[in-house]
Amino acid sequence: MKRFSVPILLVVLLTTLMGLAWFEVIDLYIQTIVLFMGINIITSTSLNLVNGNMGEFSCGHAGFIAVGAYVSSILSVALFTKSRAFGAPLLPPELAAYGFPLVLIIGGLAAALTGLLVALPSFRTRDDYLAIITIAANYIIISTIINIDTIGGARGFMGMKRVIFAMEKCAEIPWMILWVFIFMVISVIIIRRYMSSTYGKGVEAIRQDEVAAEIMSVNTNRIKLVTFMISSGLAGVAGGLYAHTVGYVNPKSFDLLKSTEALVMVYLGGMGSISGSIIAAVVFTLMLELLRPLQIIKWVAIPLLLIIIMQFRPEGIMGHRELSDIFPRLKKFYKFK
Amino acid sequence: MFDTLLQNILNALQWGSFYSLIALGYTLVYGVLRLINFAHGDIVMVGAYIAFFISSLLLGQYGMPAFLPGWAVLALTIPLTMALTSVVGVTLERIAYRPLRRKGANRLYVVITALMAGLILENGNLLVLGASRKKFPELIEKVVYKFGSTYVTNLKIGVILTAILSFIGLHFIITRTKVGMAMRAISYDKFAVPLMGIPIDTVIVFTFVLGSSMAGLAGILFALSYPILDPYMGMSIGWKAFIAAVVGGIGDIRGAFAGGFILGIIEISVVAVFPSSYRDLIAFSILLLILTIRPTGLFGVAQTTKI
Amino acid sequence: MTLLEIKDLTQLFSGLCAVSELNLSLGESELIGLIGPNGAGKTTVFNLASGFYQPTHGEIIFQGRNLAGLKPHQVSALGIARTFQNIRLWKEMSVLDNILVAQHFQLGYGLGGLFFRTPRYLKRERDIRHKALELLEIFKIDKFADEKPGNLPYGMQRKVEIVRALSSGPKLLLLDEPAAGLQSTDVTELITLIQWVYDQFNLSIWMIEHQMKVVMSLCSRIAVIDFGRLIASGTPSEIQNSPEVIKAYLGDDQL
Ligand SMILES: Nc1ncnc2c1ncn2[C@@H]1O[C@H](COP(=O)(O)OP(=O)(O)OP(=O)(O)O)[C@@H](O)[C@H]1O
Ligand SMILES: [Mg+2]
Repeated sequence: MKRFSVPILLVVLLTTLMGLAWFEVIDLYIQTIVLFMGINIITSTSLNLVNGNMGEFSCGHAGFIAVGAYVSSILSVALFTKSRAFGAPLLPPELAAYGFPLVLIIGGLAAALTGLLVALPSFRTRDDYLAIITIAANYIIISTIINIDTIGGARGFMGMKRVIFAMEKCAEIPWMILWVFIFMVISVIIIRRYMSSTYGKGVEAIRQDEVAAEIMSVNTNRIKLVTFMISSGLAGVAGGLYAHTVGYVNPKSFDLLKSTEALVMVYLGGMGSISGSIIAAVVFTLMLELLRPLQIIKWVAIPLLLIIIMQFRPEGIMGHRELSDIFPRLKKFYKFK
Repeated sequence: MFDTLLQNILNALQWGSFYSLIALGYTLVYGVLRLINFAHGDIVMVGAYIAFFISSLLLGQYGMPAFLPGWAVLALTIPLTMALTSVVGVTLERIAYRPLRRKGANRLYVVITALMAGLILENGNLLVLGASRKKFPELIEKVVYKFGSTYVTNLKIGVILTAILSFIGLHFIITRTKVGMAMRAISYDKFAVPLMGIPIDTVIVFTFVLGSSMAGLAGILFALSYPILDPYMGMSIGWKAFIAAVVGGIGDIRGAFAGGFILGIIEISVVAVFPSSYRDLIAFSILLLILTIRPTGLFGVAQTTKI
Repeated sequence: MTLLEIKDLTQLFSGLCAVSELNLSLGESELIGLIGPNGAGKTTVFNLASGFYQPTHGEIIFQGRNLAGLKPHQVSALGIARTFQNIRLWKEMSVLDNILVAQHFQLGYGLGGLFFRTPRYLKRERDIRHKALELLEIFKIDKFADEKPGNLPYGMQRKVEIVRALSSGPKLLLLDEPAAGLQSTDVTELITLIQWVYDQFNLSIWMIEHQMKVVMSLCSRIAVIDFGRLIASGTPSEIQNSPEVIKAYLGDDQL
């Protein structure tokens, strides 16, 4: 029972979503919101790894999202579609459905490599100095993209919708729901497995007492490197999914405001809590959409609401706990730690 | 060649002045509370708007009879703006930051609150005043001095001098007055201060008064130099000033002052050599490099972990 | 056989000479003490021996291997474990997790194994856990395994820290003032505990301690330092009667 309850639940959820989309019970708008939820879950859980578990204060998560978004978009557009920038497709477009996950993973790997930009300085510095380094890295990444003209520079890059069309030639199913769902689940599994291993507990040790960790045989530099790279790599995957959901990317959509959104989700959920990050991502996405009719008021109302929430729960929704710590009965159905 | 160099140096000093004044506010609050007050850039924006309304009022925009010449308006606007901006800063501390501190929240929750407060200031402004941009009135007549073929405006000189004088004044307050010394004492040791006879909350409020009035001053100077105001004007300059403060060594006002000028100089030099779209890329790469080599900033001292 | 050899060890902190030309050696299965007045440089010696500082001068040889250039986690993998003067347990982790993390150098699986939960990974995790629980049982603190260290009484935290250090299977255990902050009944218990660890675990122990009762009853040999300099070394009774030591502790005018 315990072994299968979660997989069964996930499969049911996925088929329901895909069915609803396929029979057009939920329209494109609602589908997009659902997709954003999934993508935001990857964003928040991955940032939570660094900010919540490792206790660093990374403020430039959007930079890594940008790298993943651009790398995977460029690859998929060049490989599977005819585009003005790259000419004829390099591979037969029918392969798009199979190639897409690979393209996403390559985007993630590229983002993980960019993660070195902050991982290496983190060996010698932490706290607010590292915060600056992450902000600077965010600026550097955006600015680099703006200065590369072949990928559209400040104007942005598009054509990813055609990749989706190419996939639909293969089978007429709501592909993005499938991919977002699969990669969201994989991301959460990766993070959970990492943090529940003894190796990953070294991350917690670093947050609580880095000196003691190093002296008690934890290779702190390597852990920081690995953790930053997992976090930024998953952010890159989120970026790739985002780019293909929206069909268009622009350097501006990955500025510090986007990083701020990621931060908000992590701290709203509670530092170090995976279920907290997931809940916060869902709540936050819904909040953004539900308040959309308010237009500009929304951007006053949401921060205000968050400030008020934080006054009442100054440790986030979940604190440093998981859902199964709060509702021990859940442990019957799944094992978290 | 020499003239453009001189021109660039002046521009660098002018931008350095803006960054320095803002960085000083960041560093003061950080030194006392270990709080990155991410709303600080937006306080600068608020300062610019306050200055706009005060000077417009004094110039007879809102039915007030205009009886003062431009320089007198400026002379009145500066202290009034600094005072009102301080009120905004202190209000923020009272209603948003202090309650969280009292509850013993992780300090990063206070930082997130500051980020949110910044968003509220930006978008609240847009909401209340609408999207039309405001044009800051020209309060003093522009005088252009000519040295060889280099042109210098009185405004530029004024900005640079004001920044330097403010720093000296601030340095005096911090090192010579009782409350200034209490500020420094807090940054070393939170518990030593009540012994000096000054309540901690008073010191914190004073810190916000100082920091926000510097932000107000920066807002006026910026608006005088670049007279188009918009609600998001404080965002990017605020982030950059924070980076400048850290490169200088956050918590140390000399560091903030120097860091601001370093950032100004780097940015202007980059633009002098490369297309301006490379400004952020190269400037931030250089700053990243500085921080990699000196992880605690220029004036910051490495914290020794005692075990 | 010498286990640890310290040669001409000097450590400067921006002018301040915390350790000065220290020479000392420690044999296998020895239990010796390091004493000296406050600020004498005792903890600094331990910090050097655990790789936390790189010495300004001199060298530290452990089992024939020079420790120069090694990072603390590498030193601990070689077999030097320690406790801290001010308890440094990871406060938000359970006692069991504290013990687990201290075995980081011998996990024996890679990231691939971790993510795919290979049989090897599962086995290693089980073994490590098993070993940790066993250790907790031996020390009769298994009932606290899921407790956060902060919820335990001070003396118990000291004990957990010793267990954490032992869990990596060290050849040399450095104890930095293990009796500090303990009540006198707890101190007696601690003495028994250290003696028991020494008898059971086939290792050498080097301890810093201010409470004479502890060092005198446990150590076969004691080194005394003052202002970073070795001023005396010998058996407990020799040390007790050494005029140098009395002078260092009481000051010149007392004599
Ligand atoms: N990281 C450091 N930077 C600068 N000075 C240091 C550092 N660590 C220790 N010191 C100084 O070195 C001297 C020796 O310190 P140490 O902690 O080794 O003394 P100790 O013998 O352990 O004293 P105690 O009995 O109080 O623990 C002290 O004067 C201390 O201030
Ligand atoms: Mg000591």
